[in-house]
Amino acid sequence: MTVQAPPVRPESRSDAGVPGNSRTIPRHGRLTPYLFLAPFAVLFIGFVLVPAIFGLWVSLHDYNYLLPGQPWVGLQNYLDLFTPGSRDSGDFWHSMLATGIFTVLSVPFLIVCPLGVALLLNRAFRGRSFFRAVFFAPYVLGVSVVGLLFRFLLDPNIGLVNSYLGHAIPWTTDVPWAWVSLVAMTVWWTLGFNAIIYLAGLQEISPELYEAAEVDGASRWDQFRNVTLPGLRPVVAFVTTVTLLASANMFGQAFLVTKGAPANETRTAIMYIASTGLGSNRQGMAAAMSYILAIILIGISALNLRLSRRREAS
Amino acid sequence: MSTLTTTTRRKPWTPGRVLFWLTLIVLTVIFVAPLLWMVSTSFKTNEDATALPLSWLPRPFTTDAYKTVLTASSATPVLRWFLNSLLVAVANSVLVVTVDALAAYALARLRFRGQKFAFGTVVATLFVPPFVFLIPNFLIVSKLGWLDSLWALIIPSAGGAFGVFFLRQFFSSLPVDLEEAALIEGANQWQIFTRIVLPLARPALATLTVLSFLTNWNDFLWPVYVLFSAEHQTLPAGLSTLQSSATTNYPLAMAGAVVASVPVLILFVAAQRHVIQSVTHSGLKG
Repeated sequence: MTVQAPPVRPESRSDAGVPGNSRTIPRHGRLTPYLFLAPFAVLFIGFVLVPAIFGLWVSLHDYNYLLPGQPWVGLQNYLDLFTPGSRDSGDFWHSMLATGIFTVLSVPFLIVCPLGVALLLNRAFRGRSFFRAVFFAPYVLGVSVVGLLFRFLLDPNIGLVNSYLGHAIPWTTDVPWAWVSLVAMTVWWTLGFNAIIYLAGLQEISPELYEAAEVDGASRWDQFRNVTLPGLRPVVAFVTTVTLLASANMFGQAFLVTKGAPANETRTAIMYIASTGLGSNRQGMAAAMSYILAIILIGISALNLRLSRRREAS
Repeated sequence: MSTLTTTTRRKPWTPGRVLFWLTLIVLTVIFVAPLLWMVSTSFKTNEDATALPLSWLPRPFTTDAYKTVLTASSATPVLRWFLNSLLVAVANSVLVVTVDALAAYALARLRFRGQKFAFGTVVATLFVPPFVFLIPNFLIVSKLGWLDSLWALIIPSAGGAFGVFFLRQFFSSLPVDLEEAALIEGANQWQIFTRIVLPLARPALATLTVLSFLTNWNDFLWPVYVLFSAEHQTLPAGLSTLQSSATTNYPLAMAGAVVASVPVLILFVAAQRHVIQSVTHSGLKG
């Protein structure tokens, strides 16, 4: 219990300056820091920095890694994606729409349901850590297990869900049911993750605030509105950003459960990028798509951050 | 019996308390029932799993699905995938913790030219959505000859910046006094790193190890596209092939899912504090 990790601190002791006398001691040779950095630097440069630039270069080519030549096309891939009627623009923007629909449908549930569970778990009761573990457990299973399991549970003919409902609802093959399935399984899978973050935030709120509210005769609901919610505001902003990004990155659930059905209605942007770039080996076009999606996502999270900052300031 | 009555007496069953426990129990059923169904189906025959009305208990109880799935010669060598996953996740998390701890120490404690720039670059990449690296890394991995090889799952993801950032913040929060004293005694930086800083940072190192293991064990999109042959699959990629055929054998698929779940659930129960802490930390990072 003594090993509680301290929270991330903005200032670091070594940056803040070492006491004067230690400066006379030779702390380390000039090469030492670079030796410590080298192994990570090789991996970081090779698989993060170089790819970020190399991807841009790829997106400016008609790139297929199996062919000998990779002709330069300039901005053609990007222009094609913005030209209605071109080979990819229809499918690409349709997949972006699918990602958008999933994000808009799932994010509210992924923000509210975990908050409810966190409020339940924030009370003092027996077996609290057991229930915390139960609600978090699906998250450690990973999308492949969860996808396989829900494909089975939601099977129109032999699925457990329809057998209880007594109706043959096409959970995986028709809209809007497919969206309901994808959102519900995502909530089941990742609820615990957001709940844990909320729970940490709830425990940061000073109990004195609740005591003061109780003295003033505030009801449970008043306390929630006037103490809990304002205290959680930065945590809610963080959870919203992370959840938005996670939903916009959705791949496994649709890949495994609906396979994009019906007729590519639930094929998400990541699914389309992956199948264009890695399935059909049109890496140039897929790279262009991923930069467009990335710019949109970075824009949305910057906007979200600014909005929550402004709300905090007011 | 007597303890039961005293607790009951201490806490009366108010309507609020009844509602609280009712909600908790309903939620627990929603979270546990699908997992029980998975386990139950894995012990069924295929006829039983698809026969209506559905039954929660296997009739007859059979371990055939596990026998098929764990036989190396079958078309679905789940045991092989399991070992691949284990090898990849262990190798990757050891690599991540080693290189990240070294780099984080340099960024937190040593001084060199370009230090601020290096740390700034590392942090900046945390804001780039991961799918941006998908296509270029696929091409880089193919140039390295790692397509359809487990190297593609062990090495590239170790370039990620999160662990360096996480450990750098932890190292920076440790008191410098011990290190100062060791310096005066003539210890070099390697000795300070291995004998003072690493032992103090054990909880953070454990958290990062568990997090890397889980992330790698569950990684899905990347292995689906970089691994081709049946014997090179990891569990998540292999499992997805179990249900791609029109006639899914659900007991087989569920047995595979159980095999994939048990190690992470054990790890989760054993290292719950670290898992929960890693989530809380990713929360504090914002």
